[in-house]
Amino acid sequence: MTETVATKIDPAILPGSSATTDSTICMDVNNLNLFYGESRALTDVSFQMKKNQVTAFIGPSGCGKSTLLRCFNRMNDLVDSVRVTGEIILDGKNIYAPDVDVTSLRQRVGMVFQKPNPFPMSIFENVAYGLRLQGINKRRLLEEKVEWALKGAALWSEVKDRLSESALGLSGGQQQRLVIARAIAIEPEILLLDEPASALDPISTLKIEELIYELKSKYTILIVTHNMQQAARVSDETGFMYLGEMIEFGDTNKIFTNPAKKQTEDYITGRYG
Amino acid sequence: MINPRLNQWFKTGTPWIWLNAGAIAIALVAVFGLLMLILMRGMSHFWPADVQAFYYKNNENALTVIGEIVESETIPIDTLPDFKKIRNTQAGDKTVTRYLVKTGNRDILGSDFRWLYDINLVKTEQPKNLMVLERVEWGNFYGFLNTVYENDQMVAEGETAWPEFIKRLHRVIDIRKQILQLERVKIGAVNYQLERIRLKERRLQLNNDLSDAAKKEIETQRSELKQQYSDLLKQTKELYQQINRDSIRATVMDGSEVTVPLKKVVKAWQPNKMTLWNKLGFYMHSLWDFITEDPREANTEGGIFPAIFGTVMMVMLMAVLVTPFGVIAAVYLREYAKQGVLTRIIRIAVNNLAGVPSIVYGVFGLGFFVYFLGGNIDALFFPEALPSPTFGTPGLLWSSLTLALLTLPVVIVATEEGLSRIPKSLREGSLGLGATKAETLWRVVLPMASPAIMTGLILAIARAAGEVAPLMLVGVVKLAPSLPLDGNFPYLHLDRKFMHLGFHIYDVGFQSPNVEAARPLVYATSFLLVVVIVTLNITAINLRNRLREKYRALDG
Repeated sequence: MTETVATKIDPAILPGSSATTDSTICMDVNNLNLFYGESRALTDVSFQMKKNQVTAFIGPSGCGKSTLLRCFNRMNDLVDSVRVTGEIILDGKNIYAPDVDVTSLRQRVGMVFQKPNPFPMSIFENVAYGLRLQGINKRRLLEEKVEWALKGAALWSEVKDRLSESALGLSGGQQQRLVIARAIAIEPEILLLDEPASALDPISTLKIEELIYELKSKYTILIVTHNMQQAARVSDETGFMYLGEMIEFGDTNKIFTNPAKKQTEDYITGRYG
Repeated sequence: MINPRLNQWFKTGTPWIWLNAGAIAIALVAVFGLLMLILMRGMSHFWPADVQAFYYKNNENALTVIGEIVESETIPIDTLPDFKKIRNTQAGDKTVTRYLVKTGNRDILGSDFRWLYDINLVKTEQPKNLMVLERVEWGNFYGFLNTVYENDQMVAEGETAWPEFIKRLHRVIDIRKQILQLERVKIGAVNYQLERIRLKERRLQLNNDLSDAAKKEIETQRSELKQQYSDLLKQTKELYQQINRDSIRATVMDGSEVTVPLKKVVKAWQPNKMTLWNKLGFYMHSLWDFITEDPREANTEGGIFPAIFGTVMMVMLMAVLVTPFGVIAAVYLREYAKQGVLTRIIRIAVNNLAGVPSIVYGVFGLGFFVYFLGGNIDALFFPEALPSPTFGTPGLLWSSLTLALLTLPVVIVATEEGLSRIPKSLREGSLGLGATKAETLWRVVLPMASPAIMTGLILAIARAAGEVAPLMLVGVVKLAPSLPLDGNFPYLHLDRKFMHLGFHIYDVGFQSPNVEAARPLVYATSFLLVVVIVTLNITAINLRNRLREKYRALDG
């Protein structure tokens, strides 16, 4: 056996062992296709994503933005009939390579879902969940990390006195920030946000957007949104998707002010979608 | 033509509401009626009812009958044999009322009950100094206390006899408790040790390890224990002598005087002298005795404690066994197995298992658990006790296992239901943090499914506690010499046979020598069985509600 045996964390996908030439590139998507059984959900998607930037995906319902997002942490693997071709290169390594350990990939690529989904545990245990999975059980270390993550998610001041209370008692906006805290507690490199504010009221939405702005100094963020203003406000780069294809990908300002494609312009000006 | 207004009324749906409400009402009446019936029939047995003296005369003879009226009924006069109708019969009378009187004194009269016809009654009285004794054997005694004797010496008579008798009775009860303690606990423990030593010796013998040193050690232990045993026996004998000291003489209803040794008396009371409060206290006391004491007289007297204990023990052990099995099976079926024809067939099979008659499980348990598993366990681990079986005979463990098998489908179905209701978003949340499927199951999914698992367990307990038929094959007996839990190592004896309330009802109702006298006990035991089941269920339901509150699922 000359090949590397897949261990829990594959050395090839560890940070620092980067084989990418351009160090500002975080992920490189090449000819990504995704099939649900016979039907094709993504068609030849290719683009590059820069480090410590917010990349937004916009597009009408059913265009495949969420499906694309779920490719980055291989959440689509949970569906039996899914088949993926093409590659997503993260640190010089295709994450769809057969020897990749999905759980360590998911520790590097955190995800926040559309609906807040805190576990039915205390606030503290919710944030500590991912840490405990990594085998961290020392109370002091957990406390430090939980506090750090909650501060990072701008929730600490609101919950510091009731860490042992159930997370289900929080408001929707607080729950969503708790879920973000839970995701950043394990210090991922990339955060996937699947319409994180669509279930929230305007004030909570604003808080989440501010938070995204804060977080991008530490993480590379991918966000899927229905709300074009939101995409324009928070993102550095934007991709417009339509019927499973990446129609246009580029600088947010350019996409919103001077799109290259007619379809993009139609969508942005509200002619369909 | 249907009346249009009636037609209109039908269309409003009102008749359906009435029909539904009617069905509910009938169900409620049935449930409460059942509970009230067994409650009244069973619980009235312990009430110290007034005792009458009936002066009675028919064509053949005149006599006095002492006893409590248990039942009365009216029958056509024509059905009476001639010799029974004499007095007070008016020409126009078509019917006659007769009373079933509990006369007790079975040792003297030959039976406990007697029918009396009201046409033949001369006079009825309630003599104040009438006395009722509950005895160790032969049922109740009814009569008038005359004198109290110590050995052959009369110590009290007339007015002073009753207080003296009660005083001495307390002494006898104390001694009886001591004897019981000695025989059951202390001598029992010594016997248990002796048996263990015998088994140890036999084991060494079988392995050819019985060295002279070991032999000697065993002999010393044995002689020590035998010494203890004879000491205890001597103490017991002394106590028996003391308990034989006192006796009373009393007049029974036919006028003769009989001697009743105090050692035969359990309880004594004079119901016609008691106030309502006295009676209430006495009633509570009797009820307590019924719940906490061992049965006597082929289960027709005394308490039912071992049966309550056995039932609860068996059900709890069943719950401990069925939960892990059922949950693991459900998790595999729902989470890991590929959903297809095979899993569907397995699911149908599991559901059908719930419909198999319980006695079939009993037969299976006897054949597989008791004879096959138990027989092999004996051959492997307890060869020293053979040919007398240890686990190769019906017992507590096999009963619990058989019932666990019987209730397995319920737990599997309920758990599967619970697993399918966990929101997908929570699983994804956990997986997205780098948890494996197993970690997600243990940390998020199973805790959230725990209320559903508890629901399955509640149904399982309800079913298992009420099962009798299979248990008769795999472990329940009429009278177990000792409880499955006691002070002798290893404390929990899974190999022992045990008593069960359900079987107790059957036994007292059908197998007892005196069915009529034991009938109230059938009702009382039934009521207690219901109480035990309800208590077990309420405990489980409380637990479930607490879990439900804790793992309140997110909406959607």
